[in-house]
Amino acid sequence: MTTTNEKRQEYRALFKNNVKKRLLVDKIVHIIIFAFVIIAIIPLGSILVEVFKNGITAISYEFLTATPGSIGSGEGGIGPAIQGTLIIIGLASLIGVPIGVMSGIFLSEYGDNRLARNVRFFNDVFMEFPSIVLGIFAFLVIVLILGHFSVWAGAFALALIMFPIVARTTEESLKMVPVTYREAGTALGLKKWVITFRIVISAAKGGMITGILLAVSRIGGETAPLIMTILGSSQFFSSMDVPMDALPLRIWRLSLLPYESSQLQGWGAALVLIFVIIGINLAVRYYFGNGNGMIRKLIKQGGLVKK
Amino acid sequence: MEKKLDVHRKQNIRSDKIFKLAATIAGSFVLVIIALMIFQLISESYPIWEAEGLGFIIGTDWNAVEGRESFGALPYIAGTLVTAALAMAIGVPLSIGIAMFISDAPAKIGGPLGFLVELLAAVPSIIYGLWGLLVFRLYFQDWVEKPLHNLFGDSIFLFSGTPFGLDIITASVILAIMIIPTVSSVSREIMKAVPQQQREAAYMLGATKWEMFKLAVFPYSKTGLIGASILGLGRAVGETMAVTMLIGNATGISAFPSSFFKPSQTMSSIIANEFVEASPASLHLPALIGVALVLLLIAIVINVIAHLLVTRMMKVKEGAINN
Repeated sequence: MTTTNEKRQEYRALFKNNVKKRLLVDKIVHIIIFAFVIIAIIPLGSILVEVFKNGITAISYEFLTATPGSIGSGEGGIGPAIQGTLIIIGLASLIGVPIGVMSGIFLSEYGDNRLARNVRFFNDVFMEFPSIVLGIFAFLVIVLILGHFSVWAGAFALALIMFPIVARTTEESLKMVPVTYREAGTALGLKKWVITFRIVISAAKGGMITGILLAVSRIGGETAPLIMTILGSSQFFSSMDVPMDALPLRIWRLSLLPYESSQLQGWGAALVLIFVIIGINLAVRYYFGNGNGMIRKLIKQGGLVKK
Repeated sequence: MEKKLDVHRKQNIRSDKIFKLAATIAGSFVLVIIALMIFQLISESYPIWEAEGLGFIIGTDWNAVEGRESFGALPYIAGTLVTAALAMAIGVPLSIGIAMFISDAPAKIGGPLGFLVELLAAVPSIIYGLWGLLVFRLYFQDWVEKPLHNLFGDSIFLFSGTPFGLDIITASVILAIMIIPTVSSVSREIMKAVPQQQREAAYMLGATKWEMFKLAVFPYSKTGLIGASILGLGRAVGETMAVTMLIGNATGISAFPSSFFKPSQTMSSIIANEFVEASPASLHLPALIGVALVLLLIAIVINVIAHLLVTRMMKVKEGAINN
């Protein structure tokens, strides 16, 4: 049973041929995938560069503090928009964070029953609801009933976007607290709510703050639900019952004007917005992002992406 | 002494009961809101269903002028589905490629790269819109649309129309860019869930890297990858601002997507464009709320399917690791 030399040669040629082809395919796939990565990075780079390049020329003290000038004049600024965004984020957090945190406590501490499984599932689905539909809901239950545009409606719509994110991150971070901490509390004879608030939450603070900040950075850029709730305005905040401005709304209005000066102001406003949002994201990742895998879990749940 | 202890225990139970009740109420909030939302949308859009019936879904007219009111949402439903499908066609292969690269690259490259792609997710929709409208559109129009139009404009109907940059294909490409972070980060998690032994076994059989993916990773993570893609689809369907700024905002029958280079309209963009002007007394507002209802139902169906697929995959993973 010896193989002749010719046979050996033939096998070797076949083998070489086979390997060559497979290596070639492998190489091509490598190149394609590398190209994909480059293609995905280009938009990010371009967005950051363009926003910075165009935005920086618009930024001045007046631009950041003044009310918008007459249309197309290129005068005035985005003061009311910045103020409005801060107000609406504050109010939305006031509504969204307590509900989100309590909901997260429910999922983590009382989370092994059918109700909790349903809540968890629908929480995840709710996170993906089109934000414009949440805006319409806020419009129907607040604006239509009050009969006028209201800051509360906007805050309510944003709170609806915020609370599922906070709930999920709270749940994840509470679950990371070792059960022995809770047992230690029980051994001291503490009540469950005391254990939860004083021991578990103080141990899980980092993760919860991460979640809240990421939720804030998410709602800070939301535009669609604000259209039908706070409408937009060119005046500073005066009352809860009149339209108010916000940065994303201002960017939208400015970008649609056919004047170059307005578009430049749009870039300026975009620079302010992206500076705040990317800043929060980077800071959060830098301080809390290492080690506990929190961010990745959150992204997996889908809490981070804008609508 | 004994009595005192007893009282203490009762108090103990009571405050904990209140705590548990509060937590349960907060937890159930999401279920109540979803139910209330669907109820509200149905009841507020009821007039349009009464007036148009099924014609609201299959009709193509869109006329808000008083006296000649007629509303059909088909072009917008089609616009949403077509842009989302195109975005998937462009975005999903890219995302899975990126996930493959990151899941396989050494941590020193993969980590920062994954971080960069995830940073794309933090950019607000309105800034994608601004960039798309003032920067991307111009390049895309000159480098992609015009050549394609010149080549195929007369022969293939898909490329007919005026390549102006405010059309279906521009909106779809922006949507594709926007879903890449979602799909690629979920896909990466799913690929990481494939047990290392599977990969090693494939390598041991003499597989190249690509063959390893084909033999070990894809069959194992198929369900999860489909789920990740559908998650991206859900996002593309609900996306509003960037699309509103780039799709050209046609209405009525002319919004029906029949060519890449035609202005169209999606469900979310028609709401964003017309909601504030719609008078609550006419049928216009119920019509827009009806559109929102259809959009919400589509989004719910897509997301429920996606989450079921992704969770199933993750359960498989936990089982595999525990064994």
